[in-house]
Amino acid sequence: MALMRVTSPHAHGPLSTSAVMQQVLLATVPGVLVLTAFFGFGTLVNIAFAALLAVSFEALALKLRGRPPGFYLGDCSALVTAVLLGIALPPYSPWWLIAVGIAAAILMAKHLYGGLGYNPFNPAMVGYVVLLISFPVQMTSWAPPRGAGEVPGLLEALRACFTPGSFDAITMATPLDVLKQNDALLVRDLWAQSPQFGRWAGLGWEWANLAFLAGGLWLLYRRIFTWHAPVAMLAVIALMAALFYDGGSSASGGSPLFHLLSGATMFGAFFIVTDPVTSAVSVRGRLVYGALVGLLVYLIRVFGNYPDAVAFAVLIMNFAAPFIDQYTQPRTYGHAGTGDGK
Amino acid sequence: MRKIHDFHGGIHPVENKHQSLHTPIRDAGIPAELTLPLSQHIGAPATPLVAVGERVLKGQLVAEATGLVSAALHAPTSGTVTAIEPRPIAHPSGLPAPCLVIASDGEDAWCELPPPCSFETLERPELLARIRAAGIAGMGGAGFPAAVKLGLKPGTQVETLIINGTECEPYITADDILMRERAAQIVRGAQILAHLVAPAETVIGIEDNKPEAIAAMCAAAEGTGIEIAVFPTKYPSGGEKQLIELLTGKQVPSGGLPMDVGVVCQNVGTAAAVADAVEHGRPLISRITTVTGAAVDEPQNFEVLLGTPMSHLLALAGYRAADNPRLVMGGPMMGFTVPDPGVPIVKTTNCILAPSAQELPAPPPAQACIRCGLCAEACPASLLPQQLYWFARGREFEKAEAHNLFDCIECGACSYVCPSNIPLVQYYRAAKAEVLQMRRDAQKAEHSRQRFEARQERLEREEAEKEARRAARKQAAEEKARRAADAGSGEADPVQAAIERAQARKAAQAAGAASEENPLQKLEKTVVTTRERLEKAEAKLAQARSEGADHIAALETGVEKTRAKLAAAEQALQDYQAQQTPAEPAPAGDAAQAAIQKAMAARAAQANKSPLEKARDNLEKLEARLAKSEARLAESRAAGEEEKIVEALASSVERLQEKVAAARAELAAEES
Repeated sequence: MALMRVTSPHAHGPLSTSAVMQQVLLATVPGVLVLTAFFGFGTLVNIAFAALLAVSFEALALKLRGRPPGFYLGDCSALVTAVLLGIALPPYSPWWLIAVGIAAAILMAKHLYGGLGYNPFNPAMVGYVVLLISFPVQMTSWAPPRGAGEVPGLLEALRACFTPGSFDAITMATPLDVLKQNDALLVRDLWAQSPQFGRWAGLGWEWANLAFLAGGLWLLYRRIFTWHAPVAMLAVIALMAALFYDGGSSASGGSPLFHLLSGATMFGAFFIVTDPVTSAVSVRGRLVYGALVGLLVYLIRVFGNYPDAVAFAVLIMNFAAPFIDQYTQPRTYGHAGTGDGK
Repeated sequence: MRKIHDFHGGIHPVENKHQSLHTPIRDAGIPAELTLPLSQHIGAPATPLVAVGERVLKGQLVAEATGLVSAALHAPTSGTVTAIEPRPIAHPSGLPAPCLVIASDGEDAWCELPPPCSFETLERPELLARIRAAGIAGMGGAGFPAAVKLGLKPGTQVETLIINGTECEPYITADDILMRERAAQIVRGAQILAHLVAPAETVIGIEDNKPEAIAAMCAAAEGTGIEIAVFPTKYPSGGEKQLIELLTGKQVPSGGLPMDVGVVCQNVGTAAAVADAVEHGRPLISRITTVTGAAVDEPQNFEVLLGTPMSHLLALAGYRAADNPRLVMGGPMMGFTVPDPGVPIVKTTNCILAPSAQELPAPPPAQACIRCGLCAEACPASLLPQQLYWFARGREFEKAEAHNLFDCIECGACSYVCPSNIPLVQYYRAAKAEVLQMRRDAQKAEHSRQRFEARQERLEREEAEKEARRAARKQAAEEKARRAADAGSGEADPVQAAIERAQARKAAQAAGAASEENPLQKLEKTVVTTRERLEKAEAKLAQARSEGADHIAALETGVEKTRAKLAAAEQALQDYQAQQTPAEPAPAGDAAQAAIQKAMAARAAQANKSPLEKARDNLEKLEARLAKSEARLAESRAAGEEEKIVEALASSVERLQEKVAAARAELAAEES
């Protein structure tokens, strides 16, 4: 038997790309559970249908591109995109909304650019934004949380998805929306009047955010990504909220805690901003990238036209990532300069 | 206690060192045949000093260092040289290379060694000469000739001498067991090295996963002033640059040497070899090699003669070839696969790794890079491996260089952590090779351009000179026509015409000579300047000798080169003179007149001569030339001139002899 000729290194670490993706999937579980507990089975149906479509579209795209689908599906990246988009979509979304979103994410944002690793924009966020711009009504209709309204059961959730005509959706403005529309009441009074609010932020939302934070911390512990981008993003959101809190007047932008635990803050910080493919690569680059995402999130939430802004902020910063990379190269060993050598 | 710094990145692969540490160092014995590659080090291959069939003794110098950066080779045992030919060797390229093959006679008879001595009694140049003569090359893996690294420029101050006992690669335990069993020898080696480079401090650096070695070294270093520094285990802390940062906090400048930050670094194995060479006069003919991996039954360390086939060691360790899909020389991170178990052990073979297929599985197909950044976190050089990969794949080499591709030490940490199984290091190696090739090509193109331009210029100059001569001739012709018209007779005197022709030629020559140097003068000038340079270089060498500087060897080669150039220049001058002398034209000017008359007289005489007389004259002339040539040949032989000159003279004598014979025959024919 001839001896194998291969180049060093011969040893390999235990981590694989599909393992990374699987751990990300696992880390979304607490958040998804909390969302289901407060908003019903809508999110789970979203995720399941999105996953089915995503894998089919991925296989189709790979087939068309002449790649072996079996090998490439094994990286689980399509599943991650599907789960992230399924979480981001409002519960009880009709099937066609999910289908359009997944098609935009997998076919357009991912495979038109060359597949995994080559996409400049986060596919889930591209899918989300395509839907938000095309179908603003469906995309801004969130179900009321348990405690503020009726929560449909599993069968109703399935009906809402696959026979949307037969489902009477009950929707309610999200806490971010309520705060944004408010120009008459003090924050304290608004809190007392609106059923959407909970202890620190939106009813249900605060727990969903904490659950995504927990999942994110677990990923950090598993060293799937570094702390730089999420921490920078959260820190800037908190800082901006503190600057514009205004003591809780009718013009207040909301407290730092409210912003940290509202909308997609934690989900965005630990599951979207940390997408390695579309973010900046160096440590300093990720700090800048995360901080700017946080800044944009706050600006759009409070001063822009949309109640939440993670998707827009992330896509805008995806544009900027290569530019950030250009200016944040770490200082290489043995080179002069004050860069980030450590 | 020394402050231990940290370096960026690094990884913690499974160490797998315990397997080969159950038994002490075992002597691998004498194999039937030893194969010594002439290049076991960085630098020029050694030059063989023995012939096929010659008997050699153990320790005998069999190949000497070629030039400055090179290392000598010695016979590892006594026996007969059976071949000097290309053989498969352990090299990443897998290509065969020139080797010296010795069939051992089993007697293991030593040659005469220099007497043992203590290093304190030796002067630095002598110490350095001993290390150089022993053929020691870095034993850690790179194989840089030790004497070159230790030969410092006069006036340099070494801050820290680091003896590297890190051995951070998984599986390898050669340095570990050496430190356990021969700590005293290593410490003596360190003392010799310290004596040589006179550092402010001497530190032996060891990773904390070798407690036995640390204990042994601490005991041996007791009271010597040598510090044992222990630091956390992390790959690649044994890399020279990383170790320097760990122990001193300083970074070696990019493209620079450790000496630039006042550090000299040597491996513990090198230190032990230095002690052997200096104290006992023993050259480097054996080393400690780890044989490990799941495909050997008894992983262990061997003391092995250089040139021993790997298969010999593997057999001693219980090798199961069927379980071993790849054989690695070195460790699993930076080692390379060998083509054949028969390749010899060389000075840098610290480990033979024979893993099973489960242990180190074949690399799976690479997936897409998701830019996860784990590589950048692991990179000890603080590079951005994912960006380098991108540029290397896209052949954007300028960008790769701008991202400091050449600061990559190819440690393999990035490939190790890559979740997509991308062979990153391979991409960097390929990119580096391409960039170097492009640089070489660019240099070559630049040379060609310069050559072409120089030629173009020369052709233009020659054309201009020709033009000037033509103009001069034309002027002379016009002058002549005018004179003829002045004479009025219409019938030109032939003698007068010849004189005018000669004058015109002289004018033309003068026009040309202004810009073109006489080749003779040029050659003479070369000889003079070269001689001056030689004198200067010799003076410098003498001064260096008297000061005991370390770069004597470099100066010596310089002087030799200049001497060779001078000889070549002198020979060129002589050749030119020899070729010119018979045909040397009479100096133009007044002599032209005489030459013309002489020629006319000769022609007149010739016209009157009979064929017989002509033949006789011819023979006489030839005989005279032959006699002259023979005399010259004898003279140069006696003077012991260069062989080439003597040969050239001899052949011209032969030619003349032939001509004389021919002329005699002709004369005989005429007479009859």
